[in-house]
Formats: sequence, structure tokens, C-alpha cells
Amino acid sequence: MNFKFNKLTILITFIIWILFYTNLEYITNQLVYKFIGMATKMPFTNAVWFFIFEVPKVLLLLVLIVFIVGIIRSYFSPEKTRKILGGKKQFIGNALGSLLGVVTPFCSCSAIPLFLGFVQSGVPLGVTFSFLIAAPMVNEVALVLLIGLFGWDTALLYLSTGLTIAFISGFIIGKLKLEKHVEPWVYAVQANTINNITEQKINFDERIDIGIQAVKDIVGKVWIYLVLGIGVGAGIHGYVPENFMAGLMGKSVWWSVPISVILGIPMYSNAAGIIPIVQALLGKGAALGTVLAFMMSVIALSLPELIILKKVLKIQLILSFIGIVATGIMIVGYLFNIIY
Amino acid sequence: MLQIKVLGGGCSNCINLAKMCTEILEDNKIEGEVTKVTDFQEIMKYGILTTPGLVINEKVVHYGKLPTKSTLTHWLIESTTK
Repeated sequence: MNFKFNKLTILITFIIWILFYTNLEYITNQLVYKFIGMATKMPFTNAVWFFIFEVPKVLLLLVLIVFIVGIIRSYFSPEKTRKILGGKKQFIGNALGSLLGVVTPFCSCSAIPLFLGFVQSGVPLGVTFSFLIAAPMVNEVALVLLIGLFGWDTALLYLSTGLTIAFISGFIIGKLKLEKHVEPWVYAVQANTINNITEQKINFDERIDIGIQAVKDIVGKVWIYLVLGIGVGAGIHGYVPENFMAGLMGKSVWWSVPISVILGIPMYSNAAGIIPIVQALLGKGAALGTVLAFMMSVIALSLPELIILKKVLKIQLILSFIGIVATGIMIVGYLFNIIY
Repeated sequence: MLQIKVLGGGCSNCINLAKMCTEILEDNKIEGEVTKVTDFQEIMKYGILTTPGLVINEKVVHYGKLPTKSTLTHWLIESTTK
């Protein structure tokens, strides 16, 4: 398909988007109660209603936000970010690193070359870590799901706590002077910062294309997990009794936060599948802080990624990294349990 | 004969890129050899920050994401005339 999107098509699409999004509840009610004719207040009806309402809602939000994030990211590149962070001091560098981690586009498999390229060209180790922690931690798909299923306030809290963990963890790693635990060959090589490719100027129409490409890539990859996750969530919603999770993941259970973090490390799920389940658990008495800690741990600390890191970092640095990030997540977990 | 190197730690994008290159060489009867470079020490010598990286005859042509098949075909055919 070689259809060129222009600004007008985008505008029309957006109007249809708003109409559909704002009338979703009405459409779902019509569909479930009038068209299918299901009885109200039955567990099965509740589950079906939840599924029919949440799947299009989350998909609509996903398309919009991924598109906007795609356009924002077209203004950044790993090369520009490296230039900005080069030689920056601690603190300012950590703050910038965390923020740039959110907006710089790269896939998780590029984490190692990015790490190497950054430290070899003189970006401080702690600043590099702030960047690399923020990137997976503040994830646009997670953000969409939090807006859709919990609301803007929770999404903003997630964004700010994610940035704070990245900032503080990187700052501590920098202060601890852990450079000696990077494999020696890393610092032996002087970075080759001359790229044979010069960056091209791109106009706004091309940025729109980049945004659309991001929607195709990301939505194409995560929609199935999203539907599955919401499906499981719908089941929990309809059938698991109220307060079922209170004893396990409730506020009064102090050990639930560290256990959630530890359980999250070997789990390697993307945010798309985990958040709908998390939201359903929350409705059944699990505490928000505990659930958030679990989610962050699943996303930010993943075993396969840590194993790849072993190629460039010594075990001491990997363990410090896990320890510092896990502590940060636990603090967030307890903090949320106290606030909510 | 083209020397094509695909740089990357072994993620799905790198595997796909190498596969695309091999297919295009066959389809267009271009003589060439595709090698995968997975050692990060070696990868960093090319100065790229994001993978997969595509190197044709020791020149970095592309990096960061998977090119479309038509663009890749164009690069490979163009390289044979240089």
C-alpha cells in the first residue's frame, strides 16, 4: 500500500478517533445488553462487557500515543543524545540522561552498543545508567495502559517515579565509582564517533510518516498480548471474588512489596500483557504500590537482558545495578501503599 | 564481489537483515558474502550506536533499524557498480 498520509487525513482520522473514543461506553452498552441481549450483573456479562469496552479503548489510546511519541522521537537520535550527555557532570547529567532515555528511540537489543558507545566517548558511567534505566522503565505502552485503565494521575505518578528511580540509581552508581567493574577492553577502545552517514534534514510530513511507521511497528507487535492480557483481566474481573488478593498483595502485608520485586525479575513479559492483569488484581484488593512494584520490576529488571550485560560488565556492577534499582522500586512500592 | 557484514548481538532484527541480504543476492544474481558480526568489540569499531548495522565493503551503509526490501536491494545493486 503506497497511500501517503497528509495533514488533512490525519485531522479527519483524529476526529473519527474522538467520536469513537467518547462514545465507547454507549456502544458497548448497546452491543452487550441490546444486541447480544445479555443479562445484567452476571459474572459472565461483566467479563464480556469489560473485554468489549477495554480492548478498543486501549487500542485507540495506544495508536494515538504511539503516534505522538513517534513524532516526538523523530526529533531525537542516539547520536544527538550522546553529544548532549558527553562530559556532563553528575546530577545535571543524570537528570538529562533520564529524560533523554524516555524520548530517544532505540530497541532493547541496542542497549549494549549504546552503553559502549556512550562510555567510550566520555559519557560518565552513572549518567549512562540513568539513560539506560529510564528507557525501558518509562515505556509508552505502559503509559497508555495506565492512562486507559487507571487514569491520568496514576500515569503521571508512574512517569515521575520511573524518572526518579533512573535519576537516583544512576547518581548512586556514579558516586560509587564502579568504573573498575566494567570489562577492561571497553575503556581500552577509543570510540569511533565518526559516522559515515550524515543526518538528513527531515520535514514535518516525513515526521508524520515516522509516527505512522511507529504505530505499525509497535501496535503490530503488542496488540496480541494486549488482547490476551485484557482477556485474562476480564476473567479475573468477572469471576475472582472481591478481596481475594487482599491477603496476598494487600496493604497490610509488608513483605508483599519485596516479594513482588523478586518475582518480577525472572519474568520477561512486555507491559502490554502484564498491566491488564495487574489492573484486574487491583480491583480484587491488591494494593497499588505492591502491584506497581511488581510491574516495574518485570519491565526494568529482566533476566535475559542481565545475561547479555555480562558481556560488558563484571558481576559486581550487575549486582549493584540490580540492588540499586530494586531498592528504588521497593521504595516506590511502599510510598504508593502509604499514599493510597 | 560484495563483502556484506551484519552487525548486531543476535536479536531478531539482525537475523532478519542477514536473511534479507542473502535473499536479495540470490534473487538478483549478485556475487557476495554475508557475514554476521556478533562480537561487540568488533561492532564498536564501526562507530554505530544502534543495531542492526549494515556494512557493505567496509562502509557503514545503514544502522538502527531494518531497511525495507526495496531500499536494501537498491543499496546492494548500487554497490556492485562502485
